[in-house]
Amino acid sequence: MMFFQVLFHALTSYNTWQTALLFAALLVLPALGGVISERSGVVNIAMEGMMLTGAFAAVIITLLFHNLGVNNSLCVILGVLAAILAGGAMALIHAVVSINFKANQIVSGVAINIFALGLTSYLVFVLTPAGQGVPSLPASLLLPTLSWGPLSKIPWLGTVLFQQNIIFYVAILILIGVQFLLFRTNIGLRIRAVGEHPQAADTAGVNVRLLRYLCVTSSGLLSGLAGAYLSLGVAGLFNPGMTAGRGYIALAAVIFGKYNPLGAAVACLIFGLGYGLSLPLQDLSSNPNLTYLLQTLPYVLVLISLVGIVGRTTPPAADGIPYEPGTE
Amino acid sequence: MQESTLEAPTQGQSTPFAVEMRNITKTWPGVVANDHVNLEVSKGEIHALVGENGAGKTTLMNILYGLIHADSGEVYINGQLAHISGPRDAIHLKIGMVHQHFMLIPPLTVAENIVLGHEPGSVRTVYEVKKAREAVLKLGKQYGLPLDPDIRIEKLSVGLQQRVEILKILYRSADILIMDEPTGVLTPQETFELFGVLRGLVQQGKTIIFITHKLREVLELSDTITVLRRGKNAGELVTSQTSQAEIARLMVGREVLLRVNKTPAHPGPVILHVENLHALSDRDLEALHGVSFDVRSGEILGIAGVEGNGQSELVEALTGMRKITSGKITITQVKDGQAGETQDLTTLDAREERVVGLAHIPEDRRGSGLVLADSIEDNTILGRQHWPQFSWKSFVLLLRSIARWAKKLITDFDVRTTSVEATVRSLSGGNQQKLIIAREFAAQPMALIAAQPTRGVDIGAIEFIHRRIIEQRDAGKAVLLISAELDEIRSLSDRIAVMYEGKIVDIVSPDATEEQLGIMMTGGHL
Repeated sequence: MMFFQVLFHALTSYNTWQTALLFAALLVLPALGGVISERSGVVNIAMEGMMLTGAFAAVIITLLFHNLGVNNSLCVILGVLAAILAGGAMALIHAVVSINFKANQIVSGVAINIFALGLTSYLVFVLTPAGQGVPSLPASLLLPTLSWGPLSKIPWLGTVLFQQNIIFYVAILILIGVQFLLFRTNIGLRIRAVGEHPQAADTAGVNVRLLRYLCVTSSGLLSGLAGAYLSLGVAGLFNPGMTAGRGYIALAAVIFGKYNPLGAAVACLIFGLGYGLSLPLQDLSSNPNLTYLLQTLPYVLVLISLVGIVGRTTPPAADGIPYEPGTE
Repeated sequence: MQESTLEAPTQGQSTPFAVEMRNITKTWPGVVANDHVNLEVSKGEIHALVGENGAGKTTLMNILYGLIHADSGEVYINGQLAHISGPRDAIHLKIGMVHQHFMLIPPLTVAENIVLGHEPGSVRTVYEVKKAREAVLKLGKQYGLPLDPDIRIEKLSVGLQQRVEILKILYRSADILIMDEPTGVLTPQETFELFGVLRGLVQQGKTIIFITHKLREVLELSDTITVLRRGKNAGELVTSQTSQAEIARLMVGREVLLRVNKTPAHPGPVILHVENLHALSDRDLEALHGVSFDVRSGEILGIAGVEGNGQSELVEALTGMRKITSGKITITQVKDGQAGETQDLTTLDAREERVVGLAHIPEDRRGSGLVLADSIEDNTILGRQHWPQFSWKSFVLLLRSIARWAKKLITDFDVRTTSVEATVRSLSGGNQQKLIIAREFAAQPMALIAAQPTRGVDIGAIEFIHRRIIEQRDAGKAVLLISAELDEIRSLSDRIAVMYEGKIVDIVSPDATEEQLGIMMTGGHL
């Protein structure tokens, strides 16, 4: 009885939904990156590492310019740009390895994730005095929360929808943009063609390699932005390994969403709700150890939804297969 | 004799060739695919490029289309030296290619496939559905190739998919059309229609290069012919002044028997006995309605019929790959003309059937005959891996013994490869088929079921395979031959059973005329 009361309370509370949307936005950016990359035929499981690199770059660059005496807003903008570029750079490695060298894309992705963890941990140790870690950022150096004037005063809805971090709104715009790009533009047609049947696209005069490069790199740019959101928007600090598997959850959202931007967004919302619910449900128990178990709720939701609700999803036909011109 | 014309400088011609390829050489590791190959195609003609599988036809055309790059040699388009580094360059030079395996994207629509890469508007714009649709309808009207622009490719028949491919090329305003084995997947009716379309295109001023190894089509359609053999030019011919025999000789490099030579059969006791066989199709409809026949030792029973009348299901039921709903199949061991033990096949699975002496050449060699990614060695023991000479206690493979076996088979059956360790995928279609035949015949079967044994195989290999099948008959085996090629059925069989809608209409002698067989193939009785 007690459990259902708490659950009902949690499901109707604006806190839960505000958190859910916050995390949904955090997940949807790398997920969109994943959708673009896989639609072009390159498997990308490296969103985790790209996000982590982005989170690190955002904090370090923001602090660097802050220490140089640059104006606070500019520091944050430069930090976010650095995050995007850092994510893009990691993605570029994946692109070179899997498109030029035709290496196994899963292995390349795993390598990038491990490399990103090692690199950022090492740099934290080297760059901070006595290696004691990156200090927490003051509120003035964080990504701002936007309040939409009178809209934000609407009961419940105002808090949930109109008092979110700036990146939440950016993510919605990008979501619409990616959906439109993939299904309503000539570039999108070509991306889908390249992911399904690169030989056919090539013989039709489409530049397969260039498109794949662009798509893989975009996945890094978006994951990097998500990293900045995590460190500069949600956490206000950088810890090694702070992405905590969210890049993988984004990957699950890509599959759950059947490689469609909107589908992936719905998946991210469900997984975000898992985060939103795990906090109030932790209050249920006086046993603090249960907290750890409840923190796994989003991940359990991923498993259940992948196995039970979605079932089989079919990736683009040429996903993960390097393109060799002149073969059939 | 052709040296002088080949070496003549292009600028000396009054009208330059639409396509002229000179001294094209392309080597793959271990293979010379094209060895100083020359090709001259005049504007407005249908030029047949013929040769056996692996003769280098597709390589040459892939070079012309920019998919692969020649090691040396030059290409002239309308007399101008052309540097074709990719399909984009070829499209720019108004060259289009319909590949043997269609280059279409199944989940996309007809219109999307046709405009892909050259969409209305520019790359940066929104995809204009209406303009794409209109372009397809207009082209369809102009060339008499109507298509529904909004239907997905995966919903189209093979014939219509090919039409999409042709429209795709015409949409890019190609003047030179390369057709790589376009009839291989078509029904006779679709082939007939395609030839009409191609003749119409030539009348509109297009030039067509037509790759094939079917001699009848060469004579029927082309104006001029280039023959390739093992990567080299074997001859240039004018179609009106040549014959099937001459083309075949140039392709294979020796005289080819286009007719099969065989002695009269001496049938012995019944080996394979099939009685009132019933089975369902994949869609759970009755595919076999009580099929009965006997195949005797030392005879070939041919099954004729339009495809899809239960032949595939019959083969699968006989080989243990499809459950039968009722009926009886037995196999009798015959030795020195004497009938021995008889066993019921219906209860056995595919492996047990092999043990009692049934060999099978499946109709889909890539799907169920071979494991393409595995080596030739491994493929030669497929289904026989438990034989004591290949494995110890059916568990540890005896690699040396397997290698020896594989080497013997590829020598005996003339499988052309660089090594027995090469993957089967690297073999040409004819050599893949010979490998299956080698494996199945070497098992010393009692009965042999050969389904479409020469499908997609070139003439040199066809002759070889036919001879081997007759050898099996003469060695006292029972041979059941299922083929869509009526000529093959008529020339090999000792008796012909005609199948229609899951039943045997009648069993007749091979002297029956094509017309008589045709009547029975549509269900009529004589």
